Amino acid sequence: MGTRNPQLNSNGELHHLLSTEGLPKAVIERILSTADSFINVAEREVKSVPLLRGKSVFNLFFENSTRTRTTFEIAARRLSADVFNLDIVRSSAAKGESLLDTIDNLSAMQADMFVVRHATSGAPYLIAQHVAPHIHVINAGDGRHAHPTQGLLDMYTIRHYKKDFTNLTVAIVGDILHSRVARSDIHALTTLGVPEVRAVGPLTLLPAGLEEMGLRVFTKLEEGIRGADVIIMLRLQNERMKGALLPSAQEYFSYYGLTPEKLALAKPDAIVMHPGPMNRGVEIDSRVADGAASVILPQVTFGIAVRMAALSIAASSSRMQ
Amino acid sequence: MRILITKGRVIDPASGLDRVADVCITDNRLAAVGERPADFRPDRTIDAAGLIVAPGLVDLCARMMEPGTEGALKVEMQAALAGGVTGVVCPPDTDPPLDEPGLVRMLRQSSRASAGARTYPLGALTAGLKGETLAEIETLSQTGCVAFMQTRSLPHDNSVLLQAMRYAKTFELPLWLRPVEDTLAGAGVAAAGAVAGRLGLPSIPVAAETVALQTIFELQRATGARVHICRLSSQKGIELVRLAKREGLPVTADVTIHHVHLIDVDIGYFDPRFRLDPPLRSARDRDAIIAGLADGTIDAICSDHAPIGDDDKQLPFGEAAPGATALETLLPLTLKWASENKVPLVQALAKVTSRPAEVLGEDTGRLTVGAKADVVVFDPEQSWRVTADALKSAGKTTPFSGYELQGRARYTLVGGDIRLGG
Repeated sequence: MGTRNPQLNSNGELHHLLSTEGLPKAVIERILSTADSFINVAEREVKSVPLLRGKSVFNLFFENSTRTRTTFEIAARRLSADVFNLDIVRSSAAKGESLLDTIDNLSAMQADMFVVRHATSGAPYLIAQHVAPHIHVINAGDGRHAHPTQGLLDMYTIRHYKKDFTNLTVAIVGDILHSRVARSDIHALTTLGVPEVRAVGPLTLLPAGLEEMGLRVFTKLEEGIRGADVIIMLRLQNERMKGALLPSAQEYFSYYGLTPEKLALAKPDAIVMHPGPMNRGVEIDSRVADGAASVILPQVTFGIAVRMAALSIAASSSRMQ
Repeated sequence: MRILITKGRVIDPASGLDRVADVCITDNRLAAVGERPADFRPDRTIDAAGLIVAPGLVDLCARMMEPGTEGALKVEMQAALAGGVTGVVCPPDTDPPLDEPGLVRMLRQSSRASAGARTYPLGALTAGLKGETLAEIETLSQTGCVAFMQTRSLPHDNSVLLQAMRYAKTFELPLWLRPVEDTLAGAGVAAAGAVAGRLGLPSIPVAAETVALQTIFELQRATGARVHICRLSSQKGIELVRLAKREGLPVTADVTIHHVHLIDVDIGYFDPRFRLDPPLRSARDRDAIIAGLADGTIDAICSDHAPIGDDDKQLPFGEAAPGATALETLLPLTLKWASENKVPLVQALAKVTSRPAEVLGEDTGRLTVGAKADVVVFDPEQSWRVTADALKSAGKTTPFSGYELQGRARYTLVGGDIRLGG
């Protein structure tokens, strides 16, 4: 595994989608504009296009996520692919089969694409390095590392509401340490030229190196969202809510929960995003989640189109043997 | 048996000798270094013109996989000889751990039968390495253990470490400790910093090392126990060792050859070959290691050899077994460090010969008349590519695979017996 970006082929085209880090601006823009053309597909009588007809897409979820798997499944079916869902949590891994043995077996079933969710950071890279050159790997979330299609659908959402990235202030709020969504958003936002990306949270939930990634770090929510155009709230997972990282969900909500009063500090036309599933009353007040600034449901709709774009673009690239 | 090694550039770090000279061996000991005595009639002559003659390398940490894997030691000993290593310290993190005299006897027997390098077993400091109760360390010492180690991290319970130091001091036995505070290291797999933050890898803060070092030094002040610090990794940790030595605490320290060369950025896109323990840290930490070697804060460089199979390495970064095969790359990577940092060879080789032997308290690692004839004759210019086929070790995974390295042993002699190149 060298240091060459493993997601691009020798022509610089997207071959695997593993991370938004190192993804050229032109590739991101192509995915977003391709997604535009798929937005209307859902509203047609026949909700599919034949771009992936005859292709086999395997959803390999080594970690459970019905929601994400479903969005990928819908995206692949709308591209006319044959979709196979493998719940690896309960099958091969439980029998002690190694990750790469599983991949070899499924490759032998004429797979064209693997959509991979794995609990360990970097697992899709290992798979991408291992598969035959005609197979594409899409990262559907790996450990704390990346969730690139979520990052891209967030970019699509921001572009939809704000048009131009180059004059925005974007605040990412909450558990950035454990969030693959945050990392994917950060790299995409900086690549697209957002001048101010902020990380907001208690020091227990902020990883080292945020400044090196080009972020401004805030520990007070009020300061972090003041004047923001976009606020991305992150999910706080149950296991983080009590212990040494945070004393309680109640205290977290008091200081980092987004309420209408705090939202008023942002720009009047600010939008509020959340990758879902939300913890109402923990990171976000229901009045905000259901309020005028919330674009949380449109994010889900855009997610299908963005995933269709990512799958079809990756599938169209070829790699020399 | 009388052996003459002639016309080589003889480098003996212990005495500072560095010139073309003859080395004469009678039976298993060095009979002359410098001029060949007029009456010395060799049975065997090794022409070392253009080659370097040095003490055999003494490696303060190499896993030979015994007990645990039958027959593994024999293979790894071939790797040691190919690497010019004539003495290997075997840590007790075997399966089962080296905590009983019977196991130590088996290891020594297996080692003798292999006709490889000398073996210096480290006994487990605590039963089963669990960090709870002391192993029978004086009995183990009588069986041949040179020191006692707690692998991975300090005992969870500080009182166990305190009593271990008191007990070891009773018998004047040295402790070898990994400066890792496990409650801070947790399940981390990479050094805390920008790289781990970006890749989303669970991380180990520098404080895991510095807090452990402070604990060790404070308990040394209370007990007077002698401690060798194994595998330093951070700038701050090195500074603490520097101060402890200045204070006069009985402490020595080593680093791995990987940490002399590599940093966390080299992990690239989750390359599991770079999953090491301790984790690779920043360029600043690596520079501090190089400075610590130069000023003597760090006594020795070890290989930290671990012959890990592909099944345990071809995994996502955080799940891959930490470690690398390294017995055969220790010498060329030491030469590489010397040439890149303009360290005279006599000083560079000291870190893998005389200094580690002094840490052990053994009369090897030096070309002194009367000392055991553990000698390596190597070609410093010979370049070779690190490939699976080129490596004798069962472990084929190293961060340096594919590299073109310079320097390879031609002859390796252990106690006057030509075990490589014969």
